[in-house]
Amino acid sequence: MTDILNLSRGKALGTTSRRDFLRATGLAAGGLTLGFALPAASRLALAAAPTDTTINAFLRIAADGTCTVVCGLSEMGQGVHTAIPMLIAEELDADWTRVKVEQAPVDKAYSNPIFGMQATGGSTSIRGHWEPMRKVGAAARAMLVSAAAETWKVPASECRTERGQVIHSSGKRLAYGKLAASAAKQPVPETVTLKDASKFTILGRNLRRLDTPPKVNGSAKYGIDVRLPGMLTAVMARLPVPGAKVVSFDATKAKAVPGVRQVLQIPSGVAVLADGYWAAKKGRDALEIQWDAGISGNLSSASVSAMLADGAARAGAVAHTVGDVAAVKPARTLEASYEAPYLSHTCMEPLNCTAWVHDGEAEIWSGTQSQGPSQGIVSQIAGVAPGKVKINTLYLGGGFGRRFAPDFTIDAAMLSKAAGVPVKLVYTREDDTRAWFYRPAGVTRFTAGLDAAGVAQSFTATVASPSIMESSGFMKIPPNGVDHFAVEGTEDHPYDFPNQRIDYSRVEPGVRVWFWRSVGHSQNIFFTESFVDEMAGAAGKDPFEYRRGLLSRQPRYRAALELAAERAGWGKPLPAGVHRGIAVGQSFGSYVAEVAEVSVAADGSIKVHRVVCAVDCGQVVNPDIVKRQMESAIIYGMTAALYGRITLKDGRVEQGNFDTYPMVRINEVPPIEVHIVASTEKPGGVGEPGLPPFAPAVANAIFAATGKRLRELPFDTSQLKRA
Amino acid sequence: MATINVNGRSMQVDASPDTPVLWVLRDELGMTGTKFGCGMALCGACTVHLDGAPVRSCSLPLSAAVGHRITTIEAMSGTPVGKAVQASWVAQDVPQCGYCQSGQIMSASALLARNRKPTDADIDQAMSGNICRCGTYNQIRAAIKQAAASLTGRA
Repeated sequence: MTDILNLSRGKALGTTSRRDFLRATGLAAGGLTLGFALPAASRLALAAAPTDTTINAFLRIAADGTCTVVCGLSEMGQGVHTAIPMLIAEELDADWTRVKVEQAPVDKAYSNPIFGMQATGGSTSIRGHWEPMRKVGAAARAMLVSAAAETWKVPASECRTERGQVIHSSGKRLAYGKLAASAAKQPVPETVTLKDASKFTILGRNLRRLDTPPKVNGSAKYGIDVRLPGMLTAVMARLPVPGAKVVSFDATKAKAVPGVRQVLQIPSGVAVLADGYWAAKKGRDALEIQWDAGISGNLSSASVSAMLADGAARAGAVAHTVGDVAAVKPARTLEASYEAPYLSHTCMEPLNCTAWVHDGEAEIWSGTQSQGPSQGIVSQIAGVAPGKVKINTLYLGGGFGRRFAPDFTIDAAMLSKAAGVPVKLVYTREDDTRAWFYRPAGVTRFTAGLDAAGVAQSFTATVASPSIMESSGFMKIPPNGVDHFAVEGTEDHPYDFPNQRIDYSRVEPGVRVWFWRSVGHSQNIFFTESFVDEMAGAAGKDPFEYRRGLLSRQPRYRAALELAAERAGWGKPLPAGVHRGIAVGQSFGSYVAEVAEVSVAADGSIKVHRVVCAVDCGQVVNPDIVKRQMESAIIYGMTAALYGRITLKDGRVEQGNFDTYPMVRINEVPPIEVHIVASTEKPGGVGEPGLPPFAPAVANAIFAATGKRLRELPFDTSQLKRA
Repeated sequence: MATINVNGRSMQVDASPDTPVLWVLRDELGMTGTKFGCGMALCGACTVHLDGAPVRSCSLPLSAAVGHRITTIEAMSGTPVGKAVQASWVAQDVPQCGYCQSGQIMSASALLARNRKPTDADIDQAMSGNICRCGTYNQIRAAIKQAAASLTGRA
């Protein structure tokens, strides 16, 4: 799992698994080698209908021509259950109206090539599967052509394919459904030729999502919807403070609640198991527990802030240098510190997992982002071989990185093992908010050395924050001392400053941190793009022109910046009181620029009137899905910018439900325009990159409106009050 | 034992009178289209209709539902308004993760049942109790307007 180290960087990643998957992907003998095994049907025991023929692990074709794509990636709203089928269908020349999608079981065949394990996250799905899934389609197509050629006793070279049919030069046609059985017996081609983009008929089109129909009539099944015979529902009293311990508990009152069946203690707390959620929750609420808060019982947000500020004030491990900042003798210096809080992911579907550990095997039903790791974890808990652990992935009611974490899976498996029955563990909303998997809090201190004209001679940043790598349980900070998740978005900023130094100062207040939509970029691009705006002001330059002038060696950033500015009408008059801000950011291989139009009322409240976003995410599978993901990430970022804040008092989280951890609602959301930069580059991610530029674009607009620089998230609008 | 009317059918349920209708539907009746989001009537994921009006079923005790008509997402395709709303949701491809959408559709259907020409302010008023963490709000607004147009023959 070491490759997760680079998951947000859009780099070509060399792992054993990736090499296995994409062995020698270069051109060979006029085609691309397939480069990976296509496992046979029997090993995967796919739930195929009797009329279905399994072509390979990713594709079945029914007698009526229906093509079922088996997708190993989790659908959490990002559209992967449409995009992966589009990749296969394109090269297969499938009839899109007959393409269906089905969730895969856990199996090595479905390893994410970027992670080297079956998991969904880091905006990797299209980056990792753009070529492999097209090869799957191309290989299947070649096998269908071979089958038709064999049937007709003609050379395969005389056959072509179109919309689910093989067509011979004589005009004879055979539908894929009729050919599937014999196609499955054809040898898998060693090389395949992928289409030139100019020949695409499916990729690049705004095809409708395959998962929409069940999501409008209540039939879509999420993890929380699982029901098994004999199943009990568990609600837990979880550790209120990191590292806390149960000293003792009294379950008498809990057990008196009708429907409560068992009360069990596991390492993460005490669980009440009942016939349904309501009885389990009432039982949980009736537990009397003595906790020992341990050393974390003194933690407060003020102490965390102080630790972070202290960290940012001292030199850290060097993440990036250009030239020599110490040699610069600036005419004047610009300095500023920025801060962001811990954040909860807050998926709409509260975390949950159903487990059944029994008779030498284990089965999980869950909306998880990490099937591969979950299989290993559950095998250890259940004491069975990994192959004896089945993972059934349901729709995820939001993921955002949170459902990559193992806590709900571990606890459900432990409870089922102890209870001897299937257990559905459900977090209350408050449990979900207080589960200690947070976006890191952080403070970054910037210094810019300017010449007399305000031109930057040096740029330094010290990033103080906890380490996700060390918190994750499966990664370590490398010998250079830099957790790149902590500095991404700052260390790799695009600007052409002659002397630079970016440090990482690790600060560990004792709160576990985790991957949160766009990870380090979520706060670092806010910090950096706000400070660069301060530098533009110090140079007396327009914020757009200032950035543009420093991006001469960054054509993709610059194109996104220019497109956003042009579509937003940068420099053109706005209604009285409305002001613009601009920001850019690259994450997960995609380049995004956003312009926000903002007004500030006399009471300090902010209204965002419009957001214009430009994205270069390379070649595009489905433009509508790209646009919706940008919009989704912008609104997710808007909640973080306006409201998002997990605070601590006496070691406990002060937020619980949506009253104390509010979300942006429909009445607050501005019109959002997304424009895609035409690109022939390889695909970048789209689930996360829309988020980071939003907060700085708004902060920069607030500065334009008021002359006040907000350097903390969420925005403290009381500073903007005009008395 | 209590008897409640769900989607036009009388159902016998064995649950304590304080059990929220949400959990009666999900755990007793196996109707999982209505979703749990917060348990405090703050997010709207559990919205159902009680005698046609939108209510948050996570905070509606079983005892208060006896004698009233409960309508859930599972029955919406059987009503002209529900059918139009579901069709416009499909046409606009509104859902992302989809978890909140049952509740969104129940709130939108209740709005359109009483107001066939909702303004943006009407939509804000009716829909601001429903959180969507994926941020499909602009698509929800477009879908409500499309459903309104189809219901008034302006489509």
